[in-house]
Amino acid sequence: MPPTGSRIVSLGHYQPSRVLTNDDLAQMVDTNDEWIRDRVGIVTRRIADNETVADMASAAAEKALAGSGLTAADIDLVAVATCSSVDRCPNVATRVAARLGIDAPGAYDVNTACSGFSYALATADHAIRAGAARNVIVVGAEKLSDFTDWTDRATCIIFGDGAGAAVVTGSDQPEIGPVVWGSAPEKGDAVRIEGWRPYIQQEGQAVFRWATTALAPMALQACERAGVAPEDIAAFVGHQANGRIIDGIARRLGMPQAIIAKDIVESGNTSAASVPLALSKLVERREVPSGAPVLLFGFGGGLTYAGQVVRCP
Amino acid sequence: MTRDEITAGLAEILEEVAGVNPDDVAEAKSFTDDLDVDSLSMVEVVVAAEEKFGVKIPDDEVQNLKTVGDAVSYIEKAGS
Repeated sequence: MPPTGSRIVSLGHYQPSRVLTNDDLAQMVDTNDEWIRDRVGIVTRRIADNETVADMASAAAEKALAGSGLTAADIDLVAVATCSSVDRCPNVATRVAARLGIDAPGAYDVNTACSGFSYALATADHAIRAGAARNVIVVGAEKLSDFTDWTDRATCIIFGDGAGAAVVTGSDQPEIGPVVWGSAPEKGDAVRIEGWRPYIQQEGQAVFRWATTALAPMALQACERAGVAPEDIAAFVGHQANGRIIDGIARRLGMPQAIIAKDIVESGNTSAASVPLALSKLVERREVPSGAPVLLFGFGGGLTYAGQVVRCP
Repeated sequence: MTRDEITAGLAEILEEVAGVNPDDVAEAKSFTDDLDVDSLSMVEVVVAAEEKFGVKIPDDEVQNLKTVGDAVSYIEKAGS
């Protein structure tokens, strides 16, 4: 019999060493530190030079695996959320498996842009409960700098590179709660990385409006489905899209006790990497006690969203 | 609802969302240039205005609302 639930055993993250500050950006486009802090709430972001999405994904996965007490031989599924891998094939998941010496895992990439980690985490939970996998590595990794128009001051200030990963295994208790996922396909053009050799483009006002009005009810639904009252949530780790979007959603969630993850300040918007990156840092800094319920909620391109309540490892 | 009443309602929203002094709000004022309401705060104003006045203001319309008077006219028309 497969286990009735799954849980996050350990987390890991990786960010490139190069720091790009707001002052650096002010040398490149017509902008300034105060404007960027005020509009998007970002102070620095990390930019990869030679590293690929697979390099960063592997580095994060390696750290998560090292902290799990498991070995590569125990892993039988690798799921990578990304929308910025330049290579179409092989996928990032098999490259991560090769790098970590995982012999013959199921291996797939998931592209739902910024909501990707919660989607991939849900598929890991489902696979474990269906008996299709025992131990899963779930990664969110992005190199958005490859798709950034460095002459466009509206977008180039926002994005960064990085990766976060989790090792997920079976559990008697459903420590990864039921996913609430969905999309707003009719608004799909609001975030675009389309065409041949594309740049990220977005309709900032439309995205802001959708994110700050439509999503809090979905996130609260994830709490309800997990049987956790909003006032018991220890931390809200939302997609690190924009500081004001995070604040806008948090206001509507009504969780004054919860830590609101704001890794965007130092990491920028890293799409599918942002949730595991922020979660991994919270856990590393021991800001959330082990076993405490954390609300994850990703949203973005598509427009897609997904979220679930997980127990902090 | 008269134009003055809509303007007063918008002034309340602008104060709450963007910290604008209600005395500064008049039909001729530009949201961006005179009242210092940035593009994201403008979205918050629009969302609050939809609730307050029971109208729909679509995404595409937001950029056409340059002045308080533009918003008053839109709300007046949409609510009638």
